Amino acid sequence: MGGWTGQILRVDLTTGKATKEPLDMKRARAYIGGRGLATRYLLDEIDPKVDPLSPGNKVILATGPLSATSAPTGGRYMVVTKSPLTGAVACSNSGGYVAPEIKGCGYDFIVLEGKASGPVYLWLHNDKVEIRPADTVWGKIVHESEDILRAATHEDAKILGIGPAGERQALVACVMNDKERAAGRSGVGAAMGSKNLKAIVARGTIPVKVARPKEFMTACLDAVNKLKASPVTGQGMPTYGTPVMYNVINAHGFLPTKNFQFGTFADCDKISGETLREKYLVRNKGCFACTIACARVTAVPSGKYKGHGEGPEYESGWALGAATGVSDLPAVIKANYLCNELGMDTIEAGVAIATAMELYERGHIPEKDIGRPLRFGDADALVEMTGKMGRGEGFGAILALGGYRVAERYGHAELFMGVKKQAFPAYDSRGAQGMAVGYATSNRGACHLRGYTISAEVFGMPTKMDPGATEGKAAITKAFQDTTAFVDATGVCLFTTFGIGAPEIHTLLEAATAQGYTLDECLNIGERIWNMERQFNLRAGFTAGDDTLPPRILHEGIPDGPAKGRVARLGEMLPEYYQLRGWDTSGVPTSEKLKALALA
Amino acid sequence: MAKVLAIHPDRCTACRACELACSMKHYGEFNPSRSRIQVSLFLDEAVYIPTACTQCTEAWCAKICPTNAILMDPKYMAYYVDDNKCVGCKMCVLACPFGSIQLYPEVGKAEKCDLCLSIDGDPECVKFCAPKALEFVDEDTSVKAKILATAKKLKETYREVTA
Repeated sequence: MGGWTGQILRVDLTTGKATKEPLDMKRARAYIGGRGLATRYLLDEIDPKVDPLSPGNKVILATGPLSATSAPTGGRYMVVTKSPLTGAVACSNSGGYVAPEIKGCGYDFIVLEGKASGPVYLWLHNDKVEIRPADTVWGKIVHESEDILRAATHEDAKILGIGPAGERQALVACVMNDKERAAGRSGVGAAMGSKNLKAIVARGTIPVKVARPKEFMTACLDAVNKLKASPVTGQGMPTYGTPVMYNVINAHGFLPTKNFQFGTFADCDKISGETLREKYLVRNKGCFACTIACARVTAVPSGKYKGHGEGPEYESGWALGAATGVSDLPAVIKANYLCNELGMDTIEAGVAIATAMELYERGHIPEKDIGRPLRFGDADALVEMTGKMGRGEGFGAILALGGYRVAERYGHAELFMGVKKQAFPAYDSRGAQGMAVGYATSNRGACHLRGYTISAEVFGMPTKMDPGATEGKAAITKAFQDTTAFVDATGVCLFTTFGIGAPEIHTLLEAATAQGYTLDECLNIGERIWNMERQFNLRAGFTAGDDTLPPRILHEGIPDGPAKGRVARLGEMLPEYYQLRGWDTSGVPTSEKLKALALA
Repeated sequence: MAKVLAIHPDRCTACRACELACSMKHYGEFNPSRSRIQVSLFLDEAVYIPTACTQCTEAWCAKICPTNAILMDPKYMAYYVDDNKCVGCKMCVLACPFGSIQLYPEVGKAEKCDLCLSIDGDPECVKFCAPKALEFVDEDTSVKAKILATAKKLKETYREVTA
């Protein structure tokens, strides 16, 4: 056995019973781990129509065969469940130091079932499992909760859990770990909260083994050296982190501004990665086994937004900044800290506020509902609303449902900028057509981490593509989606793909597991995972009608900047995309395709 | 010339790749808790400090060892544990003021950083340290680098004062 521990932990929170069972190696071989294998288990074990906040839903915390090894960035874990935000399949991915502790306790993943009668946390210490009352930490912010739980267990324990937002099952809630890292999207924190599970505390020192150690370490060193040599993963990301993207995307004219009313942000440089570095960066930091170290340790030393923590990342700073029109960087940083402390997805939180701002400015939300004016660019309003959202106070309780439900509640669902009720991230797909077909078809709703065509459309990797053109975008979207699904199944960070590719990750996987994987097979597994997620969504009730974009994105041209006049020409790409996928015109995988992928 | 494991905590990014590399090289498995180099993470203060055996000139661990199991390699001026002689009495663990030598319960032998001398003399942790927080350099290079770094800071101060 190499890579996998070969064991999973199943915890029924209703009965308080924890059982260990062998990993099903047949499914592990076919779905690898992480996003792939955990979603396979989820689809095999729950009805996709289940109420995501009911005890019938399950939450799987999954590592991959490369997690907790020397494979660069091999510290990822994923939260796989049916999303309370979208009703679709969810897989949110995070770094930090938790994955190696879970594997160090001897588990490839943990399946959480049922619902505890009161707040509890799970304490895993090597092979021991304990469900303990969480009364001392329920209601506490993430950071305080971690300190209390560590003091109550082991000084080297690592912790993942929810903040007050997740406890209240806010649909914008994420799962946080190591205080500052987030499995952010799709409201996975609400699913954990619905089980009355505050946290998982783990300390594991059981060794993790690989099948062919010498070959594996040679492959690791090769990958490390390539990541160090890459201008993106060796220089750009360690120096400026993901916020290096603001000025780049703004210059292309598709930095979504003021709830996607504009494609450029005049004050972009005030929130840019360069400004963040110059004024508020303490240092950069890496997650477990990460050679890139893109994380931003930051501090606002004085003023009304004083504080310290990590971030904001590009997406976070955009959602809380350009999307809301706020250019006061300390306020954006403060709102980001609040999201981490209260346990909220920064993208969903920022876009919820941006949605409310547009609704307010257009007169669709009365001021009495909010309790204050809520205009674009109002830094104090941003910080106040972020805090209220996380604590469920006043209008914050409405915002905590996410932007879609805010817009729907006030009769203007069309003003919500997202897909399948999940908010768009920081690229206006009118400017970059590949993102249009990617957002529309992403299995977890609007997302940049499922098929990042910006890589080709802006950075020219692997080849330069015109962002405004639709030609070839269906094909590259499919290729990126499948490759990404493979990478997400292994347990390494998607950011590695700026410096190494599927061939290197395949070499690592094969040396770790000795399963006889070929590169082609790995990419085929990526495609299998994508189609399996599609099957989940189809069974949950989604149709081709959900593979669409908001009317603004489809019909209103970007009014400003270099991408002026562009709309998302989804209709030119979607039929081709379905065809390339081997799906019928209703977006349903054909029986031949399912057979070819061993999914029938 | 003795070579030393030079540690620069200011460059450490807290990734702990050194712990993984060390445990794999010496024990054939990934087990950070058994690594001979340990990174202490003070996450709230954003300070990350790798520590390993400093290779004392007069090593207490070696002096106290009743079986003379801790020996110095004359070429590298570094101490290593001779597994054949070690009886697991733990006197060295008591003697080391830095916690740089330990006994793994399941094995019962003293374990400490030996700059990978017991294998190939090419420290694995250094190879995996992307931010170069760990370097394997000539002893005087390490000291000279520190002198130069301090001198550079003084130079800047001097410039500011005299400007």
